[in-house]
Amino acid sequence: MLIKRSEGKAAKQRLAQAYAGLSSGGLDRRAFLRQAGFAGAGLAALGTLAPSRVQASGAATGVADHSRPIQRIKNICTHCSVGCTVTAEVQNGVWVGQEPTWASPINRGTHCAKGAAVRELVHGDRRLKYPMKLVGGQWQRISWDVAYAEIAEKLMKVRAESGPDSVFWLGSAKFSNEGAYLYRKFAAFWGTNNVDHQARICHSTTVAGVANTWGYGAQTNSYNDIRNSKTMIIMGGNPAEAHPVSLQHLLSGKERNRANMIVIDPRFTRTAAHATEYVRIRPGTDIPVIWGMLHHIFANGWEDKEFIRQRVYGMDEIRAEVAKWTPAEVERVTGVPGEQLKKVAQTFATEKPATLIWCMGATQKTVGTANVRAFSILLLATGNVGADGTGANIFRGHCNVQGATDFGLDVGTLPAYYGLEEGAWRHWGRVWGVPFENLRDRFENVQMMGAPGIPTTRYFDAATLPKDQIQQRDRLKAMMVFGHGGNTVTRMPEAVKGLEAMELLVVADPHPTTFAVLSGRRDNTYLLPICTQFECDGSRTASNRSVQWGHKIVNPIFESKTDYEVMYRLAGALDAAAEKSGQAIRFQQDMFKPYEIKDGAPTAESILREINRGSLSTGYTGQSPERLKLHMEHQDKFDLVTLRGREGTPVANEFYGMPWPCWGPAEWKHPGSHILYNTNLHVKDGGGTFRPRFGTERNGVTLLAEGSWSKGSEIQDGYPEFTTAVLKRLGWYDELTAEEKAWIEGNGGTFSWATDLSFGVMRVAMGHGCVPYGNGKARAVAWNLPDPVPVHREPIYTPRLDLLAQYPTLPDRRGFRLPHLGQSVQARSNQVARDFPIILTSGRLVEYEGGGEETRSNKWLAELQQDMFVEINPGDAAERNIRDGQWVWVSGPENNARTRVKALVTERVGKGVAFMPFHFAGWFMGTDQRSKYPQGTDPIVLGESVNAVTTYGYDPVTFMQETKVTLCQIRAA
Amino acid sequence: MARMKFLCDSDRCIECNACVTACKNEHEVPWGINRRRVVTINDGKAGERSISMACMHCTDAPCAAVCPTSCFYTTADAIVLHDKDTCIGCGYCFYACPFGAPQYPRVGNFGTRGKMDKCTYCAGGPQADNVAAEYTQYGANRIAEGKLPICAEMCSTKALLAGDGEMIATIYRERVQKRGYGAGAWGWRTAYKETLSV
Repeated sequence: MLIKRSEGKAAKQRLAQAYAGLSSGGLDRRAFLRQAGFAGAGLAALGTLAPSRVQASGAATGVADHSRPIQRIKNICTHCSVGCTVTAEVQNGVWVGQEPTWASPINRGTHCAKGAAVRELVHGDRRLKYPMKLVGGQWQRISWDVAYAEIAEKLMKVRAESGPDSVFWLGSAKFSNEGAYLYRKFAAFWGTNNVDHQARICHSTTVAGVANTWGYGAQTNSYNDIRNSKTMIIMGGNPAEAHPVSLQHLLSGKERNRANMIVIDPRFTRTAAHATEYVRIRPGTDIPVIWGMLHHIFANGWEDKEFIRQRVYGMDEIRAEVAKWTPAEVERVTGVPGEQLKKVAQTFATEKPATLIWCMGATQKTVGTANVRAFSILLLATGNVGADGTGANIFRGHCNVQGATDFGLDVGTLPAYYGLEEGAWRHWGRVWGVPFENLRDRFENVQMMGAPGIPTTRYFDAATLPKDQIQQRDRLKAMMVFGHGGNTVTRMPEAVKGLEAMELLVVADPHPTTFAVLSGRRDNTYLLPICTQFECDGSRTASNRSVQWGHKIVNPIFESKTDYEVMYRLAGALDAAAEKSGQAIRFQQDMFKPYEIKDGAPTAESILREINRGSLSTGYTGQSPERLKLHMEHQDKFDLVTLRGREGTPVANEFYGMPWPCWGPAEWKHPGSHILYNTNLHVKDGGGTFRPRFGTERNGVTLLAEGSWSKGSEIQDGYPEFTTAVLKRLGWYDELTAEEKAWIEGNGGTFSWATDLSFGVMRVAMGHGCVPYGNGKARAVAWNLPDPVPVHREPIYTPRLDLLAQYPTLPDRRGFRLPHLGQSVQARSNQVARDFPIILTSGRLVEYEGGGEETRSNKWLAELQQDMFVEINPGDAAERNIRDGQWVWVSGPENNARTRVKALVTERVGKGVAFMPFHFAGWFMGTDQRSKYPQGTDPIVLGESVNAVTTYGYDPVTFMQETKVTLCQIRAA
Repeated sequence: MARMKFLCDSDRCIECNACVTACKNEHEVPWGINRRRVVTINDGKAGERSISMACMHCTDAPCAAVCPTSCFYTTADAIVLHDKDTCIGCGYCFYACPFGAPQYPRVGNFGTRGKMDKCTYCAGGPQADNVAAEYTQYGANRIAEGKLPICAEMCSTKALLAGDGEMIATIYRERVQKRGYGAGAWGWRTAYKETLSV
């Protein structure tokens, strides 16, 4: 927000200059089209320019001609995870206007600043226009064919010298589902698990935390369902800026139910400005706050005893931990007064239904998974899961981060959370039509096939650490970056060294991204222009698990290509390079044989059909392309609050976007599951139970539900997941059809509901009203995690040295093939806290998204936020003689890191806390790197990255980075 | 006859700036001109409130009263528009306007500003509806197409309401009744000199 106070004439001139002067170098789209249209000779040189594009040149003013027909095409906004529908007006192949989509039950016509400005992405003045490579530090234009051939050759060289695990495949939460799935499959066929995407750095700890509690790693309810809540707590999130359209539902719910809206955050956010109660906490003390609330809840008997008895395992161990958190201790650690917390606890436990909303303030911590677990336990203790208006409403970040997570762009699992066990590989081998041995031979060895890879938070460590500290054959030598910013990971000074150590760096993105300019690389660096999802067909999964189909609005602009095409062509180029270098491995044939290839690329529909065939475990089987397109066509037939299709319409009774799990093949017409674990509905109508994933018994206590089942279940108690063996024991095996039996017996005879590709086990279970995955208890105690009961651990860099001995972080350990330091780094706090007394935290702005390269290149957005800044409390500013708006240096305790930014003096942050947004890049340690971008592709606004000063610290379960609590010093510049 | 008005529900406005970029997108408003902007008061403190501001299309518009070339006119829908061919860029309207609506493309020596530009309520200008010349000078004419201003249509929380004064007053009154407490519909009285009976 906010360095946009009037600075009078001078500022205006400066900015106008910046905009006008800096855009002059490049070729903007209109100039490009004009040239293409006028000069016939130029056409041949431009090569891949499609005929429709040339025709479009006449109408390229961006203004609709009202005398001629206008086509309307629907797609989904490519920014946050709310999933707003974008309606584009297209004339002559040019996107000329954007209209509200009143029909969408999610956004009802509305947008935030980003969504209302998406048309600019396809104007694309600052887009990457053609493939480029660095030659001696200079960018050179190359053709796609040359790019594919050179990249493939270098990849195969790395493979021959260092093995498949030396290539890091970084994917994107901005892929479509089909793109994400294809990329994961690509990594599998390459033979490595070093494949990751943005979920690692936003909600990986959420997925790990909630999946370990009640089965699935996703938002349990939906944005729309919050309209039913009587109490909502937003903790560690600022949806007014990060998910603005969600506030439509929150504020409507607040008005409709006179609901309590409680914001718990270190910052008085824009969301807090609309809250009925605001609780300020010290950053990094979420668990003590939750335990402090539970202390009051247990002390006063406000917990839901019946819910706990029926559906929760291990709550007594939580009581023991919570007992330590007396109001006095909570206040000492967190700074929250006991009386205020008591009031919040009482409201949450007694004014039901209540929901807990969280974002990256909870997850991007060294205790991220434990935070999420504590949040889930609070919901369980108060019985606020599995019903309207309740639940863990986890607002995810990117437009398809849920889908990309579901499809296994993750170092630890294959698509749909099957894991990396041999059974998982065999399952996907059957779906892909390749034998297990074929897949195994692509890997270094069978152990590496089951070993989780290196996460994106540590790629640079894996490129620079001594070989003997990395548990794979060699260091990372090559990096393929598809749709990812380079400023989103902490410890950027070390990332620079890591990038410089790589033999090959390939950035495939609509924009050059920070990766292109951050390091001092001079060669072996390629930029591939990828189109946005507006120039491509495909489905994406919103945060609430609704799957929406996006129709291509215009053809890819300039020479950009779809993800599908680039992966297909790259696979072909790898085959050629392998043949040339005498390596036996081949890619394209085995990987792409199930797909329909059209115009030189696999179609999104055919990829989705393969997803539907194999993703039983998550219920991604019923969302066929036809059903998804039908939902987009009939968006207006869904109820705003329940998301149900109205009677008498083609989508009657179905939930909008068929939120997963949507069981069975599309012909079963399962409606999807709006609310997870909802026992008030029949499983065939979207009901469910907690998923027993961790056995049936622990220390003599059952892990199956007691006296609770989903509506219409024939087994009126808990039951384990369904397998062929369970069916036999129940005497239901013979209900399988002959075909189903033939498939099962022909493929080995023992299958579970999730691996039975005939769908027979699932069909029989659901025929008896049972949930295929079983009916278990949620786990308050997750014994497989480092902290089975979440405990408070001070951040790695903390100013509270007095608490270090009592609440230390975990000891040094190993994980994900790398060393993971804990206490040895935390001990540095003792030396640095005196010189770096201010806690630094980071977060989002409404105008920008993620690494910000795309949004900072959008002139309509860039104009609103022109300077990187740091929010500093007036008290801290006065002590340092810092005035509002002046330049300051923010320095961090590692790598002598420092950033030059503007000061925003505000009470939004408490004394001793500073805040920086994380969307900026292009300046590094005080140096402007604008000249390092290829000409004409530099974002309009550049600034220092907060991650230049953020520090070491990783969650033990997922290697989530710590971005929310570190230390800094601020000095006038 | 309908009287077109804007009303910003400050209880709903979250300063997401959708109205600002929607306007830029619809009319291709150049960098530096802001037909609409969001103003936040008590920023970062308890009582923080944001409101989206543009031309309020006043009943008795002060800009029109001071204009030396009488370039302003009020349409049958009570939308205040101006004729850029008549405008001399003197800036009087800027001083007269209580909402800071008039914008100027240039900052030059001797006070040269260029033709004034402001919110048109998505109603274009004096030319024929939806011709290229109108778009170039004033932007899109949604009113002629039977649509409302894009800023209000795209408002993320439906804070910004546009339409017939009676209609939006009714919507707002219902909201206030549901909430059970009054809220400031900021700028309404300044613009329309009416008392709102809620």
